[in-house]
Amino acid sequence: MKAYFLAKNLISMGYSVTMINKNKEDALQLAKIDRATVVHGDATLPEILEDAGTHTADVVVALTSSDPDNLVICQTAARLFGVRKTVAIVNDPGNVEVFKTLGIDYVVSTVRTISSLIQQSVGNETIMNLTPVEEGKVMILEVDVNTEDPISGKQLNLFEMPHEAIIGCIIREGKPIIPRGDTTVSPGDRLIILSLPQVQSATLSAIKRKVD
Amino acid sequence: MIIIGCGGLGSSIAGQLSAAGNNVVVVDRDREAFKKLPPEFSGFTIMTEVIGKSALVDSKIEQAHILIASTDDDNTNIMIAQIAKMIYHVPKVIARVFEPSRMRVYKDLDIETISPTILAASVVSDSILNEGDVES
Repeated sequence: MKAYFLAKNLISMGYSVTMINKNKEDALQLAKIDRATVVHGDATLPEILEDAGTHTADVVVALTSSDPDNLVICQTAARLFGVRKTVAIVNDPGNVEVFKTLGIDYVVSTVRTISSLIQQSVGNETIMNLTPVEEGKVMILEVDVNTEDPISGKQLNLFEMPHEAIIGCIIREGKPIIPRGDTTVSPGDRLIILSLPQVQSATLSAIKRKVD
Repeated sequence: MIIIGCGGLGSSIAGQLSAAGNNVVVVDRDREAFKKLPPEFSGFTIMTEVIGKSALVDSKIEQAHILIASTDDDNTNIMIAQIAKMIYHVPKVIARVFEPSRMRVYKDLDIETISPTILAASVVSDSILNEGDVES
């Protein structure tokens, strides 16, 4: 019941929320939320979206466990009811690009989100921060340099790292430096690296001492 | 040509088109479903866990001229038909949609939809009206 907590949260923030659920028991449960409106029915049918007052909605969020259902809900809301912003959850990460191509404004992949959370928590001594950009097509890594790391004391144009990664900024004693080829990396520097996800680990192993 | 969903409709179409000499690939989630294919079917079958873009790639959608989405789920058919049309530009795309009201949303896309409900209704009413002796 993702909708239950999302709705409670949004209502507490002052939004007016209408939920649609095709399971009668779930719909009754959702109806217990204070100030929530609940419609029992299949939200992929135009007539049910109409009953729910979709034409007055600013945002439609599709959270069902079926990717095709979420696609049809968002498309119907946008095309028949003129909803400007549609959000869909997808199970199959491959559907992120598909849904965007088919006109869904925001597509959230639970798998990708959880994977990147795990990546952030695993080995967090090496990576201080990891930010996926454009649904994880590009990663921003923040890495602290220690004396024993291979990159420490190296001039950047003499340092080998994957071509699909670049050190975009160095934070040295709290001040940002935009590095050039002749910049030398010092222990204590924090590197801000732009990397494609496929070379992320190769980049890290080039920069950091191996931790066994 | 590619047929997604090997149910009653999908398997019959696959048999007929295969017998007519077409190169047919049939995709379904359930291996058992392929047992419905008639003896005259001589194409390929692909079993896939998830009916989605990667299953279409596996069935060589780049080379397909025709795609028929005939799973038992309207929304899956609508999704697959759009991927075929909008992403892979398959020339002819047909989707089975049971629920006629859903077809409104997609009427401006270049996707043919067939609704068994509407087809059956028109066959029945034609049959009655053509007898010409209908009295209120």
